[in-house]
Amino acid sequence: MSGKLALHPMAVRIAHWLNAFAIGCMLTSGWGIYNASPIFGFRFPAWMTLGGWLGGSIAWHFAAMWLLVANGLFYLGYGAASGHFRRRLLPLRARDVVADAASALRFRLPHHPGAYNAVQKLLYWGVMLLGSIVVLSGLAIWKPVQLEPLCDFFGGFDFARKVHFTAMAGIAAFVVVHLALVAIVPKTLLPMLVGRGHTEGNAQ
Amino acid sequence: MSRPDEKPPRPPEKIRLADHRTSLVKVERRLLLRSALSLGALSMLAGCDLQDNDSVDKALWAMSRWNDRVQALLFRSDKLAPTYAASQITNPFPFNAFYDQASAPDIDPADWRLEVSGMVSDKRPWTLERLRTLPQAAQITRHICIEGWSAIGQWSGVPLRLFLQAIGTDLSAKYVGFKCADRYYSSLDMPTALHPQTILALDFGKEPLPTEYGFPLKVRVPTKLGFKNPKHVAAIFVTNQNPGGYWEDQGYNWFSGI
Repeated sequence: MSGKLALHPMAVRIAHWLNAFAIGCMLTSGWGIYNASPIFGFRFPAWMTLGGWLGGSIAWHFAAMWLLVANGLFYLGYGAASGHFRRRLLPLRARDVVADAASALRFRLPHHPGAYNAVQKLLYWGVMLLGSIVVLSGLAIWKPVQLEPLCDFFGGFDFARKVHFTAMAGIAAFVVVHLALVAIVPKTLLPMLVGRGHTEGNAQ
Repeated sequence: MSRPDEKPPRPPEKIRLADHRTSLVKVERRLLLRSALSLGALSMLAGCDLQDNDSVDKALWAMSRWNDRVQALLFRSDKLAPTYAASQITNPFPFNAFYDQASAPDIDPADWRLEVSGMVSDKRPWTLERLRTLPQAAQITRHICIEGWSAIGQWSGVPLRLFLQAIGTDLSAKYVGFKCADRYYSSLDMPTALHPQTILALDFGKEPLPTEYGFPLKVRVPTKLGFKNPKHVAAIFVTNQNPGGYWEDQGYNWFSGI
């Protein structure tokens, strides 16, 4: 079997790259903000941070947040309304996740262009959940007075900072795995740019 | 009121309000975001820190002004900041300023006067004794620093709304500005100035403000980040021109509501 296959709709590709830029800005500026008053026993190296100083990092964070949220809502709306989530990310069964995870750990999980395995589906749902948590906990620590019930939901201002950090760490871990998989299967990169890819051959 | 253990990243003497005011007005007119939106540019953006006046910095300043407007809409005059029990007060309360604690200004209460100017009808300066004759209000609230740490403290003093009424303020004015004895300055939007928990604090805990916490007068605003709570206040003025602030003019978001 060989031929061209439409892999990623235009809407998904646009949302993906806008999200990549927004996430890059939010992570690196967020690390700069964290460094001003670390909640754990370490600081991020200055070269990993965006903004140059606390005021610059915050300006970046509060500018990029609009792109992150607007693009995220667009993607969620598109995914739900177009059937993209239903077709690509469902069904999700626990036993498939276990089986695919076992294969992946032995590096025996084949890559089928246009179809996500169960581990991928779980990770995409997981990162969407983390994205929701990071935005909501971010709102809680941005507006702990005006959005007091939301801040209380996350355990108060100080605890909400830790929730925000932990959700960030989960997203950063997702990005690391995501980039590592693209490095292992580089032919997945072009379709996210042009939308189409070859169907023949399975990479391991 | 930031950076407890670090010097400001840029020498503040180099930054003047007048230098930024023109660029602020300019960038408000045109939202320059185009040069910022590509992933490959991300690494080059690391140097954009609000200090260079290049196009990315202008976009960041413009977004900050947009965030001012959004926050003004989110602000509710009747929404009170949470209050806490005396047992929850942070002790010791952190010292924080753009200088170290030994450099906090030493002010003689007998000589101190609160100057009043701008869009008010009664511009007579105020002594501490006269401020004490006005009704006082107390609060135990959380001070949240832009750096991310927070601490609970107790302040009491004259509600700013009462003071503004006492000096015949034109309440349709947009801004209330503060000048401090330590060269610090800041400003509030009028709705926040009139918020019931915004006070001209004279006491910290049960005692007059200690030197390190702003003797003899500190503006306590529990609906703003800590740097919008100026200490050692020497003058108050009411105006329609945004007076900016020490950190605000270097790039901290001006509204900084919480």
